[in-house]
Amino acid sequence: MASNDGAMIPKVSRFSAPPTKAGRDQERLGWVLILPTILVVLGIAIYPLLESIRLSFTNYRSSRPDRWEYIGFENYRKLLSDDVFHTAFKNTMVFTVSSVFFETVLGMIVALTIHSAFKGRGFVRTSMLVPWAIPTVVSSLLWSWMLNDSYGIVNKSLIAMGFDNFRQFSWVGNPNTALFSIVAVDVWKTTPFMALLLLAGLQVIPDDVYEASRVDGASKMQQFWQITLPLLRPALMVALVFRTMAAFRVFDIIFVMNSYNTSTMSVSVYAHRELMNNQRLGYGSAISVVIFICIAIMVVGYTRMIKVED
Amino acid sequence: MSSEVLMPNAVNKLVQDAMNGRASRRDIIKRGSALGLSGALMGNILRVSGVGAQDAQEAGWSLVKPEWLDVDLTGVELSAVLASDGVGAPFDQACCDFFAEQTGATVNYIKGAESATDRLTYYTQTLNAQASDFDIFSVDVIWPGILKVHAHDLSEAADELAGEGANFFERILSNNRIEDTLVSIPMYTDAGCLYTRTDLLEKYGVEAPTTWAELEVAAQTIAEGEVAEGNDAFVGFTFQGAAYEGLTCNALEWVYSNGGGTFIEPDGTVTVNSDAAKAAVERAVGWVGGIAPAAVTSYKEEDSRGVWQAGNAAFHRNWPYVYGISQADDSDLKDKFSMGLLPKGDGENADNAATLGGWNMMVSKYSENIEAATVFAKFMCSFEVQKARAIERSLNPTIVEVYQDADVLAANPYQAELFPIFDGGSVARPSGVTADLYNDVSSAVFTTVNELLSGQQTDVSGALDNLASQLESIMEDL
Repeated sequence: MASNDGAMIPKVSRFSAPPTKAGRDQERLGWVLILPTILVVLGIAIYPLLESIRLSFTNYRSSRPDRWEYIGFENYRKLLSDDVFHTAFKNTMVFTVSSVFFETVLGMIVALTIHSAFKGRGFVRTSMLVPWAIPTVVSSLLWSWMLNDSYGIVNKSLIAMGFDNFRQFSWVGNPNTALFSIVAVDVWKTTPFMALLLLAGLQVIPDDVYEASRVDGASKMQQFWQITLPLLRPALMVALVFRTMAAFRVFDIIFVMNSYNTSTMSVSVYAHRELMNNQRLGYGSAISVVIFICIAIMVVGYTRMIKVED
Repeated sequence: MSSEVLMPNAVNKLVQDAMNGRASRRDIIKRGSALGLSGALMGNILRVSGVGAQDAQEAGWSLVKPEWLDVDLTGVELSAVLASDGVGAPFDQACCDFFAEQTGATVNYIKGAESATDRLTYYTQTLNAQASDFDIFSVDVIWPGILKVHAHDLSEAADELAGEGANFFERILSNNRIEDTLVSIPMYTDAGCLYTRTDLLEKYGVEAPTTWAELEVAAQTIAEGEVAEGNDAFVGFTFQGAAYEGLTCNALEWVYSNGGGTFIEPDGTVTVNSDAAKAAVERAVGWVGGIAPAAVTSYKEEDSRGVWQAGNAAFHRNWPYVYGISQADDSDLKDKFSMGLLPKGDGENADNAATLGGWNMMVSKYSENIEAATVFAKFMCSFEVQKARAIERSLNPTIVEVYQDADVLAANPYQAELFPIFDGGSVARPSGVTADLYNDVSSAVFTTVNELLSGQQTDVSGALDNLASQLESIMEDL
């Protein structure tokens, strides 16, 4: 709250400095101390964001540094009728919803399992993190080879089990299975992260709540639905915010496994194609701004939901 | 590197040979890279053994000073972006050192990014800022249009080289010329080739195909035979069908060889939906899941070569680099295959087609030493260096005369077979007429063709009509 209001209404806000010289000095010092942070945030977050928004209203191409103009909402109008963008947007939504859903459900199961006491728990907790620890580009390549139609271990195993129609079956090349395959790889990779966040949430739930419910004769299922899940909600919400944002911006796994194929192209891959491959900084920035707006809406939605909890 | 630990004996032997003078500089680098030694360690071996101090030429690099290179550039500092940190780096480093030795200039070798896209991004960012971080840089064959605004015109330099008896292939040179500016000089080239398993042609009594229709029949016959003999993984033909630049190269060959033009003609007319082009794409769509594996729609060069290299393909379309790997001593394919022109279509103007690739030298117009930079570019593309590059690195020269050189032919006999491809069969992607919009055009092409190959779209004619209108609207932006 601004200190003027504090002077008019005799209610001392926690944040307003006392109207003494020492107090004003202290406030000034506070500003000086926070200034570097503000400058850094302005420089590395706000400026690039504003620059992207500005570029999205131009037809700038990096091959034509001196031949560009402001074209208003033209790029956004084009996006509306751009089939590739529609496909990419649809793919991104499918990817986000399905990967986050499976990661949450599986992550919850894993978290509950490793939360309970059993022999070798420390080893399991550590080894569980291996997929998350491998760089995405590496694990994507790894899976590309495992899913390869002729020498991949996935097809070889399926054929060995008697599923003969997987001979030379192309997981990533076939548009019907391509996106599903990539979601599966992402779930493999990111479930540990989800489990870790949920485990942290589980560990702060006090044991006496469970003891009390046991005394009252609650079943395990009742305990999960009535105690664990409600008390886990803040941690779950944070995990969902992180995962949804990251999933919506997905780039590396798709680009490595299937380059610019439209069957799996996400909006970030499309933005990369336009920005880097085609050098259309204006149009590419418009795509980036749309991605930013979508994520902003999601974050606002999630934080609202978290606030409602409070 | 793990191999330093894994193969101590081989490394010891290499060091001993170097110390006793039994290994030349080139041997050390060759054997060292085969062992996976780091550049720093190889440098140490060279320094300790004293081999590094020898003149590069004596030690094995076949670099020779061009006669015209008689300039004193003492005090001039040049920066050149050349090969990435990999197999090409030692040769380019030797070129820089040799040039510096002969002229007195200082040459900083900047290693380019391995990925072409990253490299183009670096170039455009630096050049757009009009920065003189580098004076000379190597560019992909499709970039002259994109980078033209930053180019120093090299027409004169190419004429001077021609005056010295080094004539560039006209088809390759004209690809580097935008309007009247020679944006870059061709350094080495590449073209799409057909690899054929000659042992299997013989086994099944099939003639080497010269048309796509013949290739289909031959591939079908051989694949059926091999599968019947128990090799389930055998396919007739592999190529590059993923949605990336390589598919544009493949599609250009199908269409051009069928008399369907080059998507966009030099005068700007869009021809991608001509009848001959539609027929060519329709034919290729029929290969997927037939003579070619269904997964070809996600294959890039190395994926498709994997099938070929394993001995599981009768025919294979790829660049010339596959020859050396397939003919290596440890290759199962050694002496069982041939490399040649891709088939023709059966349309009215059917012709051989091999999409041109390769790299060229460009001089930045923001360079503070344009003249010295031009001399360096000329040097890198000269007869002498191209000859050395052909021998040392098996890269294909852009100068007609190098193909008649006995040393080159002795080192790489197959380059004689490539000559007709570069001389008459090569076709350039429409990167000149589309200038800086080439990548827009190419990504529209590979997106549509990939969708057709993978069955996301099924109406070839309609899809190509739609593609034609996309290309027309891109060209309106020129």
